[in-house]
Amino acid sequence: MSILIDQDTRVIVQGITGRDGSFHTERMLEYGTKIVGGVTPGKGGQEVQGVPVFDTVAEAVAATGANTSVVFVPARFAKDALLEAAEAPLKLVVCITEGIPTLDALIAYEALKAKGIRLIGPNCPGLTSPGKAKVGIMPGHIHKEGRTGVVSRSGTLTYEIVASLTAGGIGQSTCIGIGGDPIIGSRFIDLLPLFEADPETDSVVLIGEIGGQDEVVAANYYQRSMSKTVVAFVAGLTAPPGKRMGHAGALVGGEDETAASKIEKLEAAGIPVARIPSEVPKLLSLAKMGYTHASA
Amino acid sequence: MKIHEYQAKSLFWEYGIPTTTDIVVSSPEEAAQAAETLGLPVVLKAQVHVGGRGKAGGVKVVSKPEDVAPTAEAILGLTIKDLPVRKLLIASAAEIRKEVYLSLLIDRGASKVVFIGCADGGVEIEETAKKSPEKILRFEVASKSLGGLTREECLPFATRLLPDPKNADEAAGIMVTMARMFIERDCSLIEINPLIVDGSGSVLALDAKVLLDDNALFRHPENLEFAKVETDGEDAKSNSNGLSFVQLDGQIGCMVNGAGLAMATMDIVKHFGGSPANFLDVGGSSDPRKVVGGFQLILADKNVKVIFLNIFGGITRCDDIVKGILEAREQFDVTVPIVIRLAGTNEEEGRRLLQGTDMIIAQSLEQGARKAVEIGKN
Repeated sequence: MSILIDQDTRVIVQGITGRDGSFHTERMLEYGTKIVGGVTPGKGGQEVQGVPVFDTVAEAVAATGANTSVVFVPARFAKDALLEAAEAPLKLVVCITEGIPTLDALIAYEALKAKGIRLIGPNCPGLTSPGKAKVGIMPGHIHKEGRTGVVSRSGTLTYEIVASLTAGGIGQSTCIGIGGDPIIGSRFIDLLPLFEADPETDSVVLIGEIGGQDEVVAANYYQRSMSKTVVAFVAGLTAPPGKRMGHAGALVGGEDETAASKIEKLEAAGIPVARIPSEVPKLLSLAKMGYTHASA
Repeated sequence: MKIHEYQAKSLFWEYGIPTTTDIVVSSPEEAAQAAETLGLPVVLKAQVHVGGRGKAGGVKVVSKPEDVAPTAEAILGLTIKDLPVRKLLIASAAEIRKEVYLSLLIDRGASKVVFIGCADGGVEIEETAKKSPEKILRFEVASKSLGGLTREECLPFATRLLPDPKNADEAAGIMVTMARMFIERDCSLIEINPLIVDGSGSVLALDAKVLLDDNALFRHPENLEFAKVETDGEDAKSNSNGLSFVQLDGQIGCMVNGAGLAMATMDIVKHFGGSPANFLDVGGSSDPRKVVGGFQLILADKNVKVIFLNIFGGITRCDDIVKGILEAREQFDVTVPIVIRLAGTNEEEGRRLLQGTDMIIAQSLEQGARKAVEIGKN
């Protein structure tokens, strides 16, 4: 099993006719994902990679029975695209677009939440359930089917760690990049319970970075309510305090928000934290044997 | 994007949030003149993008005319948390009957827009928050309702800050205006610390701190005017190329796609005993020109002994990155060795383009970082 997406997930691509939308539609199809339609206003009736294009989300969903949308629409139009998705009977919306104004993201998030639709992202790589489906832009070949969940605030750092898991013989149930923006649809705390409840996930790798409190919240949740093994990596030990490091979310504020402080709190909660990405697979194997510190 | 207090106050004036009349100066002579215009006593406030400037000696009250120029000179000579003071704000010293804290911001933890208030305002607000969290008041507003917020809706919150009915009514009016400015100008933070009741019983903003959303610049070309003033380093320059760049003091120039992987790359360089020269995220798109721009930034730093490119393609395609590198090598005289690690989308195509060049190809992040550290030490 997996969480959120599997071989039966029916996906539409918003912004399918754009450079990134069409390129990644092809990659998702190659992976075996059921891409059933695309949406670009004014381009209804066309086809991209053999997938029918519709003018609106409502038409696309009505014609294809899609339950999930992945959004590649450029930042300045992304709010309208997300609000349109909120009006459709979807379960999951995955927003890849980066650079969306924070207030736009917040308005869209509140609208989707009011309709009970889960949002992943924005500014994220999406998610992959290896061997079943990928919704987003993660390179398909880095994955291997297995029983470890991955949840990450980063994009490319996720690929790095997933690739090292695969190289170490550790397959994945579902890998999710949640995005690094100040406002995101799903946080560690929203997704860890899904992994905890998934009978085919044995362990979870949590990938964090400087900024915010999400890793600390996750550590508290782990200590209180999780029975499965969790190991972590946190990027940004060398980040100078107070500097913006690319993500609006990655601002070092108070003491709680530095990488060092997050590592300390994760370890105090019993989550081993790798010092370099390639250490994650070894740590996971050790943690399953009962060791809880990187030095073990 | 951070803007200076005087710039934030210009927004307050534009929107009608009552604040002090100030004059911005950049020399002791101008300061003396401004003090004469405003009338003594005046407050001299350093304009720097950091908190705690008062504690660092960047804010002084002056009552005697002959003290203005020397005090201004002293503050203009300060460097506060590594930032040189270039401008001073000269403000009439207001009589303060009462001071409170008021801000409007995006609380990312709660995913809400929220007013934060505290009846004990001033420099110790963070201490208050730690010691007596119950004193910190919250008022959450649905983002779509922000533009239509009414005085009546704000009044209960305003009354808890300033119980006097006249003061509370004025504060509620200020909150309505803050909400309108927040949404119209795409702010991430509007902070008034302190909001005061002055000698005449009027409520006004004695200080102003505003953060603007970088992602919304496309619909606020006017905000770029604020940025022009502060463009004095590579950090700001890089943003205009769609790059995110932070100068550090090491020898290993790093160019990476994605902020998280860029930080992890710096961390691993340090882990193996090296020292990163910069943080540079070439972003999630696949534009070879960004790589060229990145090379320009890195090569401007003469401390750089080796450039380490770490690319894990997702939406970024490895071959586009390599095209950018080859282009940069034609444009610039690249004399330092380049260590490159390619993985992910179009990795094979990228590697093919690297064939026959003298770039050092690493098979993994770890191997690349070790190699770069080794070269950087020589």
